[in-house]
Amino acid sequence: MSDMTASTGNENDMAAPTGPADEAAAVTASTDVTEAAEVSDVAGAVEMAEASDVTEVAEPEAGPTEPEAQAEDAEKPEAAASAPPTGVRGRLVTRTSRRSRGPASARRRRRSSTLVLSLALMATGVLWSVLAPSGSAADSTDNAAVKAGRALYVQGCSTCHGLNAAGTVSGPSLIGVGSAAVDFQVSTGRMPLAHPGAQAERKDPSYSETQIDQLAAYIQTLGGGTTTPEISKDDLADADLTYGGELYRANCAQCHQSAGAGAPLTYGKYAPALTNATPEQIVEAMRVGPESMPVFGSGQIDDEGAKAIAAYIIMNRDTPSPGGHKLGSYGPVPEGLLGWLIGIGGLLGVCLWIGARQKV
Amino acid sequence: MTTTHGPAGSPAAAPKLEKRPSPVRKLNRAADERFHTQRALRENLNKVFPDHWSFMIGEIALYSFIILILTGIYLTLFFDPSNTEVIYNGSYVPLKGVEMSRAYASTLDISFDIRAGLVFRQIHHWAALLFVASIMVHLFRVFFTGAYRKPREINWLIGVGLLVMGIFEGFAGYSLPDDLLSGTGLRIASSIAQSIPVAGTWASFLLFDGEWPGMNFLPRLYVAHILLIPGLLLALVGAHLGILWYQKHTDFPGPGKTEDNVIGHRVFPVFAVKSGGFFMMVFAMLALLGGLAQINPIWVFGPYDPSKVSSASQPDFYIGFLDGSTRLMPPWEFRGLGHTVAAVFWPTVILPGILFTLLALWPWLEAKFTGDRESHNLLQRPREAPTRTAIGAMSISFYLVLLISGGNDVIAKTFSISLNAMTWAGRVGLIIVPPIAYKATKVICIALNKRDHDIAHHGIETGIIRQLPTGEFVEDHRPKPDPVPDYPLVPTHRFELPAPGHGNGDGHAKGGITTRARKAVTGFFTEEKTESGEEPVGGPRH
Repeated sequence: MSDMTASTGNENDMAAPTGPADEAAAVTASTDVTEAAEVSDVAGAVEMAEASDVTEVAEPEAGPTEPEAQAEDAEKPEAAASAPPTGVRGRLVTRTSRRSRGPASARRRRRSSTLVLSLALMATGVLWSVLAPSGSAADSTDNAAVKAGRALYVQGCSTCHGLNAAGTVSGPSLIGVGSAAVDFQVSTGRMPLAHPGAQAERKDPSYSETQIDQLAAYIQTLGGGTTTPEISKDDLADADLTYGGELYRANCAQCHQSAGAGAPLTYGKYAPALTNATPEQIVEAMRVGPESMPVFGSGQIDDEGAKAIAAYIIMNRDTPSPGGHKLGSYGPVPEGLLGWLIGIGGLLGVCLWIGARQKV
Repeated sequence: MTTTHGPAGSPAAAPKLEKRPSPVRKLNRAADERFHTQRALRENLNKVFPDHWSFMIGEIALYSFIILILTGIYLTLFFDPSNTEVIYNGSYVPLKGVEMSRAYASTLDISFDIRAGLVFRQIHHWAALLFVASIMVHLFRVFFTGAYRKPREINWLIGVGLLVMGIFEGFAGYSLPDDLLSGTGLRIASSIAQSIPVAGTWASFLLFDGEWPGMNFLPRLYVAHILLIPGLLLALVGAHLGILWYQKHTDFPGPGKTEDNVIGHRVFPVFAVKSGGFFMMVFAMLALLGGLAQINPIWVFGPYDPSKVSSASQPDFYIGFLDGSTRLMPPWEFRGLGHTVAAVFWPTVILPGILFTLLALWPWLEAKFTGDRESHNLLQRPREAPTRTAIGAMSISFYLVLLISGGNDVIAKTFSISLNAMTWAGRVGLIIVPPIAYKATKVICIALNKRDHDIAHHGIETGIIRQLPTGEFVEDHRPKPDPVPDYPLVPTHRFELPAPGHGNGDGHAKGGITTRARKAVTGFFTEEKTESGEEPVGGPRH
């Protein structure tokens, strides 16, 4: 039984981080601010409720235990019946009920859960009312940034992405893309688009860093999303290059080539060269997956790994090559070209020189 | 014996014209007294080689080969061809702690920890590229001038063998370091072997010692790379040069040149000096490339792992045309009769099989088509054989389309072209470019011939227009000047030896071998001085 408790605890640990994620998903899904607040309350409450489960489950240890599967079967209809109409809530409650070990404890738990839930809701409500205004006061600069960003957006981006960033036929919706996507697209000059084509090209950015931050702040308010990563010089210096290299070869080299020289994809699309990418842009690209690039989320490559990859790319690119000129880092193709043009071409010149006919 | 004989430390009061025997001459004499080398030495050192810049292209291959052997010996001292997995702990930090084969680790050590290892590796690799490339250029020269015609068909065949062996040798060397690029190449090689119907699986298992990647494969490849193929190459090079020596070099037609003579410089000293200098120039070029241009940076590619691959993975250029043919091949897979013939079989087994067979048989094919069964020692200018030249241009354009397609991803990225467009351009180009090249070359050759003919009959246009008393305008032509001999009076055979009172010293003298040899050694070095060696004299062989 003790290991069961332990497993429950583990589940709790796992459940706790999913709370904010659920919340984020819910926020993304709804545009109604009050509803979002309500859902966030629920999530917070469930966390508390789940935290109390550990003690609850520990109690009936002495009593007869039944197989967990059976208990779950018995519980599910009830849980469903008592579930509130919103989908989010129903899911959360079902999850709580799964933790129960028997009918008696379940009833007790349900009672206490409801109590705790309502208490938590109240507490969160109070907290919200206390904290929210002060928060907005502290974020006045942020608000200014958002306003400025909105102005920039309307002026420069809304033609394609729509006045409310909901997208048009000529540009995708930006709701929920997050500030990382904005920072990547605008700071690499891909947005605003130079011209329509298979793929947006890198060019000099059209906006200043401040303006990019303002745009990013504005888009971030439209349903959140991946935020701009922060990578310090120390992060890069401390990164594990070996690990970064392994990750790079396993995940990136298929398209970007082992030295980051880039390579073509189909129909004019391409994996760009990483010659000008900053560490931030590299991590942003991994997190948001622009254009043809897949998303490498933190579940696949954690922040440490992402920074190590960025550090490896920068190292590979900026370290002087020990063997001489890099020849574009493409390996045999430029090598063969140089061998023919300079090697054979030069030696044929020598042939002509040595074999020149002497004047009779 | 006219040679002055004096003690090494003879006083300075010696007569002015007398020479002290140099150590070289003493050595020569000692060798001759024991092995009777003098006659062969004299004959060969007096051998005449014709003088044209294009005859030196083959030497690039020879000298690259010598440099390959020299640098290769150095690399074998440190390379460990083993599949055993080790954890790298060398100087290259970004790979520290990575699991890799000993082959890869020792190549990293050669690159970063062995003194001059990297530059030797790079010179070796550049020399390999230049070796195969110069063989190809040499082949072009031989082809377009008709130098392969009877009696030199066998040497052509040996040359084709050298090219094929050179390609195999290069691929083996490219595959040895066991980095990601070479592993990818070997994986493709194993797929090609497997694609052969019926025998494919067995061939692959035989080659790779079982399932890919076999554990004993690298040592096997190493033996092939440093012993079997180089031994074969050496033997073929020896045969190639021996036959060339025996059959004598061809030459372009010109004043005084006939099918029966050879006009040019003797091996010693002019040809030897030129060739020695050329060797130094080839070595210098390779050292420059190896020192300044990075080649095959295996530390960037990482150790081989079958689960990984980098984009833009290419073979060295001499395999590139097969990569290109594979890229252009539509995915046509044949299934039937209980067998599957993979699409890769056609462009990588059948195509090179046909190409190299045609190449090897060309001298006989041409003889059959033209009915020309005569022996030829004089070369043809490319325009003089328009059909052959056109076929050569067609083949080269075919090869170039394949080669370019082999690097089509790098080209597409560099010039921002769609990869699909490149592939289709290659497919269409492979079919329409060679006929265009054929037609264009033939037209140009015929036009050049016609111009030559016109000049021979009407002279060279001067651009001066005169009006005749009748009112007619005519352009003045000046007659084509007679071709100037491109050599001073050059011996076609060794010249008479100035050994006063001792016969001509080249074997016509009476007496036994020893006597003759002694007579020969008498004037051997002095003759060069007296005849002002570099200025060849004599007349054409009858």
